[in-house]
Amino acid sequence: MAATLAQKIWDAHVVRSSQGEPDLLFVDLHLVHEVTSPQAFEGLRLAGRHVRRPDLTVATMDHNVPTRGGVRSADELSRKQMEVLEENCERAGIPLHKIGSRRQGIVHVIGPELGLTQPGMLIVCGDSHTSTHGAFGALAFGIGTSEVEIVLATQCLPQKRQGDLAVNVTGSLPLGVTAKDIVLGLIGRTGTSAGQGHLVEYRGETIRGLSMEGRMTICNMSIEWGAKAGMVAPDDTTFSYVQGRAHAPKGEAWEKALDYWRTLSTDEGAHFDGQIDLDASALEPHVTWGTTPGQVVPVTGRVPSPHSETDERALRYMDLKPGVALQEIAIDRVFIGSCTNARLEDLRAAASVIQGRRVHPKVRAMVVPGSTSVKIAAEKEGLDEVFKAAGFEWRNAGCSMCLGMNPDILAPGERCASTSNRNFEGRQGSGGRTHLMSPPMAAAAALTGHLVDVRELI
Amino acid sequence: MPAPVKKVEGRMAPLDLADVDTDQIIPKQFLKRIERTGYGPFLFYDWRRRGNFVLDRPEYAGASVLVAGANFGCGSSREHAPWALRDFGFKAIIAPSFADIFRANCYKTGLLAVTLPESQVRHLMDLVSEDPTVQVVVDLEAQKVRGDGFEYRFEIDPFAREMLLKGLDEISLVERHSDEIAAYEKNRAAWLS
Repeated sequence: MAATLAQKIWDAHVVRSSQGEPDLLFVDLHLVHEVTSPQAFEGLRLAGRHVRRPDLTVATMDHNVPTRGGVRSADELSRKQMEVLEENCERAGIPLHKIGSRRQGIVHVIGPELGLTQPGMLIVCGDSHTSTHGAFGALAFGIGTSEVEIVLATQCLPQKRQGDLAVNVTGSLPLGVTAKDIVLGLIGRTGTSAGQGHLVEYRGETIRGLSMEGRMTICNMSIEWGAKAGMVAPDDTTFSYVQGRAHAPKGEAWEKALDYWRTLSTDEGAHFDGQIDLDASALEPHVTWGTTPGQVVPVTGRVPSPHSETDERALRYMDLKPGVALQEIAIDRVFIGSCTNARLEDLRAAASVIQGRRVHPKVRAMVVPGSTSVKIAAEKEGLDEVFKAAGFEWRNAGCSMCLGMNPDILAPGERCASTSNRNFEGRQGSGGRTHLMSPPMAAAAALTGHLVDVRELI
Repeated sequence: MPAPVKKVEGRMAPLDLADVDTDQIIPKQFLKRIERTGYGPFLFYDWRRRGNFVLDRPEYAGASVLVAGANFGCGSSREHAPWALRDFGFKAIIAPSFADIFRANCYKTGLLAVTLPESQVRHLMDLVSEDPTVQVVVDLEAQKVRGDGFEYRFEIDPFAREMLLKGLDEISLVERHSDEIAAYEKNRAAWLS
């Protein structure tokens, strides 16, 4: 029978299937970080259990690491969390890329760049943006700490099969419009929960034409419209990205893997529970105005009139009035970073806007590369010099101001143009106001001091 | 082993907002703890600190059922969110819809996440707003939310229901299939190592 990509990967991971029970799925790669794992390790210890497959588990420090000054500049609780992760990994024999390592970085950035993330895999992590890895044609989703404990103990996870949704994107992306605008435009249309209970496959010529970085940006934000996972069928773009990376299969194994990976696409006539069509050629750069990623409009637009109590609350929090042109909104901070948009391509795109220009005097802007490798690669290209010359702070890798667990936070009332994934109240700092956008758009905002259509600057 | 959850009886508290994300339920600064308990005082920290937050009104003190808007628990996968709700004293949450990861986390925490149609949630919201003392029963065995003059049936994943009713430890359940896991491991492609 014709099967979807998701179904094929699902079927390949079923350890056990029994009527009336969720399928028991095998996990190929379990990514671990300092914030959602300590209670899981503790649970194992209390029950006298051990980690079943430390060789299929990889840990990093990302959520609360300081982006300057090293581990010593972290607050006491963050340091404690990092120490506990180190102890837990040591005890269990789990490889850890800790702060200071060349392989450290945001868990969803290092997985792909180390070649750990591969097509056809089932990947989980105690982090909702695990959907990022779906860009490789993997089934990847975020789990809670109790589930982290189950996976540590058994390398398996009981899961109920979700539905299949297709998002079909066609048409060429106009200049200045990016993968981020595809996903923001999509969420603006679907709302924040349309994906609930579904595995989403992003398809169509526009998706095929995207780089791995662009595909990761889109899959990353699947969770922001409620989807369990987002994925893209692997193709030559995927294979050439994976090939040669540290953990990628080599030699004969590579050939065998490739043969298998080429079977990983949705069969003609396979059934989806729903399809959403999106015309990329009609997209403009998008910016959020509210406190959910669904509260988003094209940058040429205006703050909309509220339609609900939730909208009104968002307007109050964001200190915005309906009808105000987005481009009139002044900003205080710019954050280029996060697992959504802090890969080398993102930094290049931002740097190309900034090249030879200066950050607006009223704006404090920072770049936080997604990983130490991204940072090193960017420095090799001289991108750090472009950013620094313009007045950006150039930091070490981590989640940083995407969620503000480290010292990088907004002050109350500060307004930030951010390449991250969530504009929730207080997300980037209590009382802080976040506008989500693409890296070129954030770069443009840094230069002008207000939200601006990057197409006017390129 | 988690305690079995069969029925929650008590008063309700209304949180009449859609898209309440886990960053609101438990802000990030409280995720640095390495314990599984003790999150109650930090539930909705920012909203409560701003004052006049609905859960701080004396009439809702001691409520065990939270009635909330659609897409409750969206965003971050932090299980600290259901831990905080539980530690605060909630034993059940009723909403028109929940984010997938949050709902799974609730079940693992022994919190009943119950989905009812928007109109029925609205009825409960109105009911408790008019009379905070109104009693409600969330009966997992019967799959019903009951009160004076109303009875709403809810659907729940049968396996999750079973786990909650019996207070089963999911790891032990999976461990029963160790042989099948080992067999699966033997047949994995070589490049997956």
